[in-house]
Amino acid sequence: MSSAISLYSLTLVPPSAITSSIVGQFSGRRQQEIITASGSRMQLYRFDPSAGRLVQITSTEVFGIIRTIKPFRVAGSSKDCIIIGSDSGRIAILEYKPEQTQFVQVHLETFGKTGVRRVVPGEYLAVDPKGRATMIASVEKNKLVYILNRDTNANITISSPLEAHKPRSLLYAVTGLDVGYDNPIFAALEVDYSEADLDPSGQAYREIQKTLTFYQLDLGLNHVVRMWSDIVDRQSNLLMEVPGGADGPSGVLVCTEGYIVYRHMNKAVHRVPIPRRRTPYDDSARKRIIVCGVMHKMKRDFFFLLQSDEGDLFKVTIDYNVRGVEALKIQYFDTVPVAISLNILKSGFLFVAAEGGSHNFYQFVQLGEESGENEFTSTDYVKGDMSDYPAVHFHPRPLENLSLVYTMETLNPLIDAKVDNLTGEDAPQIYALAGQGPRSSFRSIRHGLDVTEVVASELPGEPTAVWTTKLTAQDTFDSYIVLSFTNGTLVLSIGETVEEVTDSGFLSSTPTLAVQQVGEDSLVQVYPKGIRHITANKEVDEWEAPLHTMVVAATTNSRQVAVALSTSEIVYFELDDEGQLNEYQDRKEMRASVTSLSVGDVPEGKVRSSFLAVGCDDSTVHVISLDPENTLESLSVQALTSSPTALRILSMPDSTFLENTQLLNASSTLYLHIGLYNGVYLRAVLDTITGQLSDTQTQFLGARPVKLFKVTAQDQPAILALSSRSWLAYTKDVSFMVTPLAYEALEFGDGFSSEQCEMGIVGIEGSNLRIFMVNDLTENTKSDGLPLAYTPRRLIRHPSRALFYVIESDNNTLAPDARQELLSMSRKQSDYEDLPAEEFGNPKFTGKWASCIEIVDPLSQEKFARIDMVNNEAAFSVTVCSFSASQPRREEEDEGVDRKPDGEEEEDLYLVVGTAKDLSLAPRRCGGGFLHVYKIVDEGRGLEFVHKTEVDDAPVAMLEFQGRLLVGVGRCLRIYDLGMKQLLRKSEYKSRSLNNIVTINAAHNRIIIGDIQQGVTYLVYRHADNQFLPFADDVVARHTTCVTMLDYETVAGGDKFGNLWVLRCKESVSRDADEDNGAQLLNARTYLDGASSRLDMLAHFYVQDVPTSIQKTQLVPGGREVILYSGLQGTIGVLAPFASQGDVDFFQQLETLLRNEARPLAGRDHLIYRGSYVPVKSVIDGDLCEMYAVLPVDKKRSIAAELERTVREVERKVAGLRTRYAF
Amino acid sequence: MQFNFICCLISRVLHNRIIMADKLRAQQQLEQLQTRYVGVGHADTTKHEWVSNVHRDSLASYIGHPAMLEHFSVAFNEPRERVRMQFVDKMIQPCGPPKEKEEI
Repeated sequence: MSSAISLYSLTLVPPSAITSSIVGQFSGRRQQEIITASGSRMQLYRFDPSAGRLVQITSTEVFGIIRTIKPFRVAGSSKDCIIIGSDSGRIAILEYKPEQTQFVQVHLETFGKTGVRRVVPGEYLAVDPKGRATMIASVEKNKLVYILNRDTNANITISSPLEAHKPRSLLYAVTGLDVGYDNPIFAALEVDYSEADLDPSGQAYREIQKTLTFYQLDLGLNHVVRMWSDIVDRQSNLLMEVPGGADGPSGVLVCTEGYIVYRHMNKAVHRVPIPRRRTPYDDSARKRIIVCGVMHKMKRDFFFLLQSDEGDLFKVTIDYNVRGVEALKIQYFDTVPVAISLNILKSGFLFVAAEGGSHNFYQFVQLGEESGENEFTSTDYVKGDMSDYPAVHFHPRPLENLSLVYTMETLNPLIDAKVDNLTGEDAPQIYALAGQGPRSSFRSIRHGLDVTEVVASELPGEPTAVWTTKLTAQDTFDSYIVLSFTNGTLVLSIGETVEEVTDSGFLSSTPTLAVQQVGEDSLVQVYPKGIRHITANKEVDEWEAPLHTMVVAATTNSRQVAVALSTSEIVYFELDDEGQLNEYQDRKEMRASVTSLSVGDVPEGKVRSSFLAVGCDDSTVHVISLDPENTLESLSVQALTSSPTALRILSMPDSTFLENTQLLNASSTLYLHIGLYNGVYLRAVLDTITGQLSDTQTQFLGARPVKLFKVTAQDQPAILALSSRSWLAYTKDVSFMVTPLAYEALEFGDGFSSEQCEMGIVGIEGSNLRIFMVNDLTENTKSDGLPLAYTPRRLIRHPSRALFYVIESDNNTLAPDARQELLSMSRKQSDYEDLPAEEFGNPKFTGKWASCIEIVDPLSQEKFARIDMVNNEAAFSVTVCSFSASQPRREEEDEGVDRKPDGEEEEDLYLVVGTAKDLSLAPRRCGGGFLHVYKIVDEGRGLEFVHKTEVDDAPVAMLEFQGRLLVGVGRCLRIYDLGMKQLLRKSEYKSRSLNNIVTINAAHNRIIIGDIQQGVTYLVYRHADNQFLPFADDVVARHTTCVTMLDYETVAGGDKFGNLWVLRCKESVSRDADEDNGAQLLNARTYLDGASSRLDMLAHFYVQDVPTSIQKTQLVPGGREVILYSGLQGTIGVLAPFASQGDVDFFQQLETLLRNEARPLAGRDHLIYRGSYVPVKSVIDGDLCEMYAVLPVDKKRSIAAELERTVREVERKVAGLRTRYAF
Repeated sequence: MQFNFICCLISRVLHNRIIMADKLRAQQQLEQLQTRYVGVGHADTTKHEWVSNVHRDSLASYIGHPAMLEHFSVAFNEPRERVRMQFVDKMIQPCGPPKEKEEI
């Protein structure tokens, strides 16, 4: 076994947690767009009012951590640009180029070291509202101001940085002050800790003060001065700019725990409290803070929407006159999910980028003017301390001012995932736990395009084929649906209602082979005995097949018809100027019988398509010319692995370019699509001049022969490929994708276009006619969600049934029992109704936990039992255990060796749930833990409580091990067995070097534990002495989050800093550990408090997101196994092993070239980014390699030249690697 | 001989001066580094200073990595803004007040 491995990292589902979102006119058009930053990606969305949804226009990987983004517009420009605060130690200014659908770097200025550091700016970003300057700041000390301007050519210019550093001071928030066209001012919330650092008595720390400081950029003198500073509340956390100049009084709102203050230089202070919910569960110790907000300017007015930490939106308005502010007013507006950022669009929409769960898009119905909600005014809160005033309340209620328009489903936070094939499809599904609190869900994710069904109707018989057709060339929509049965043809008209048409002129007594609208206004029906040409006035012109022959295959376009006869002859017809179909004088005889034909669409501006593709059952495909000078002459032949069952010539948009022009993206290439009898689909480039086939891409679709149909999806031509599943082949961005439809397997299909459904697809499935639309080509996974009660923590599958047990727990939340207790104490219970938790959240209470176990059936999307934890216990680990070691061996076992497993009664299974009581996370305190044992009853759908066992710490990891239970309790690893009254401790391992065991894997006698801080340790369990002996551990203290065994010696895992790694134990050490008779290991010398041997690191890679689960699995049928990981922010990605050294070399070279040619947009160096914590080892970044497809043509060419390949070859190789392992 | 001795003396004095000047320059450079880069230590760095510095670095990293901040926020079940604010607050004095300096 070679000790080196090479992995290819690919992101399958990009992170969906939004870090920052902004709104602006980024395309320079009037319509506003939303840009979101999630992880290392930036997406641009536009609202499509007709579809009522946000459409993703582009998504770019920047290979750096985007911490904040801000829009700005320099004076006189009509377009907004973007500034990124990232981990690159550079300020990056980007512009969106709508014609390229790409972000382009305008400026990139280095100011500091790379990485997320305490004193390197990048965390905070503020922009002068007039777009004249920007401040970029770090958490501590450093603030840099850049002046933005325009030169004579309207290009944006950036000055060298001006420093506004203040050592030993921490920054909480920064914003640009609206001062009209005076010198720009930035407001900052700061704390100076220099005195607290020197005072041992702690007095200075207790008296520490937070200040609001205004920094003025003097544009004349070109420097920054500290202009004004005043003390604000110690708990202030957020600043909001107040419009100034002609639009308002200027100044800032300082949001603080419990209240909001208006502050401005040398102006009066105005304060309003943040109203609290009137509920019996209110925890008076918890003060509300404002988590985010948005200011919206209208023609003459402005208002703020500020969101509290419970999700309530408050509308804040300011009464002002020329002298300054008169009053600050606050009013309850509506309740939406707790957000990271809020954005208001001028067209009257609100985008809520939620912290957990789906992001919502609302429309404003009204602005709260007539809501009758209590308004609280600052004039009532003039004197004294804010805490002296009584709390003010409001009644939360369902939405009144907003109405939900669209929800953007996310997987954020993604806490656990398992790959399994429960449905019995070709490809497995991913079952994931996503979302936070009551907005969480159990998600079933499968590879597939989401579709919307328009019609599904039962037909009288089982049709064999279906077509749609227009009546004249000018029609935009289809008029007829033609159904072919084994003994006849049915024509239906499309309109308000679908009715049978009898006067269509079609022959109804025979099956049909093809239907086509030809010429101006006539129709063609091809049937086994001939061709019927029907003109507009229903005159019929018929061509009959020669005696004793039949038409076996036919192909048509608007001017040409070709049919293949059972004698292997091809007859070709073409429309003449009078609209008559004329047979070509010769017939072409093929050597084998013809299985399929295809003639492409007539190219625009031409009278005919010049190629006819002929598939023969000797596993060949022939391309035949239809040009007048060499009609029916064979141009090329391609041998295939199986006989072709379907052919389709169709041009598709892609990145290929004409050799003599620089035109990119606008071009499309002519392709021959081939479906084979063995379920393989091929796409080959058809040379438009020579008719040669080249650059074949293949994909296995399923077990049934492939049928191909031309359809339209989202305005682009696509191929509907039908096998044992239905697939769609299309172009995404510029790369070619073949994705299954998340829909019924169809038997025949065609495009469908009507007023209601412009780009639909019609298909038949059994005796059902189905019409549907493909919603979105940007997302190729479909996920169904089943709501859960609290934040899910772990899931485990029933060993044999399609059921999952999910444990859920929420910190600082009232459990139902605690809630009941409070409710009974409260006097107001009679007028109180519980609000739906999905929208309003569960009532919060510091120090309380709410937790439960739920049984989920992902197939029927049902939940069965739910068991709530009581006494402030919270579940953290779960496993299914048989306790077979202790169950008395049944006597039958001896007599019935060959007994069928499904015939017997199932052995008893137990669900063990580890809980912690009164857990406090920071500082960590725990009032003990429990192991709850439940017997699984009712075919897995029920749980019966058996007993619970107290342990001294929270049990976080659990696994069945040789018929007993292996539990990680704090720093101890224990084996438990089932007893009558409780679990019985059988063995224990404890180590000083461990902190908290969070993962356990086991194979044979080997146990691999992952510690929250100390990385992984390999142990061997020795039966004879009932003892654990550690024999190998790691040199690096990894903060492990998840670990899986790749083989007996190797593990792959992730840590909380966002790294993935592969570790291996030396073979000799591994062998010795298993063979050891005890003395050697027992007496082995420990090394620095650890085990006697070290693990070797084989691979290391930084993925930015915190890995939450990792698994070795196979994702595509027939594909190789990959390491699949899930990330907290909603990432799903894989590490795939390379198949050959040649591939490794190729991709390594490509990666190196791309690092130079496609420099990341935010200015981070790719190699350093991927090696943020530990240098990258043995992993090639597939996301970077896939950037090749979107590069400009000249760069593509130069890279391909360096690699000594053609552009198309490189593209195919990159795309091929993805399809081989994943989707 | 006399001349030699004087030369020797001068060179020694010069040498000492240079050493002194070197020391001074090193001292200045160090001070410059300390003002420019927060956390650069010196010969008398106390354990408290060092540990506080490490903690401040860690907290700044938790705040600066959005995924890590979310990790904490999900565990605490508190909004990210509150967790962020708590972490910046912690940076003021992550390890308690400094120890009394012993009188020499």
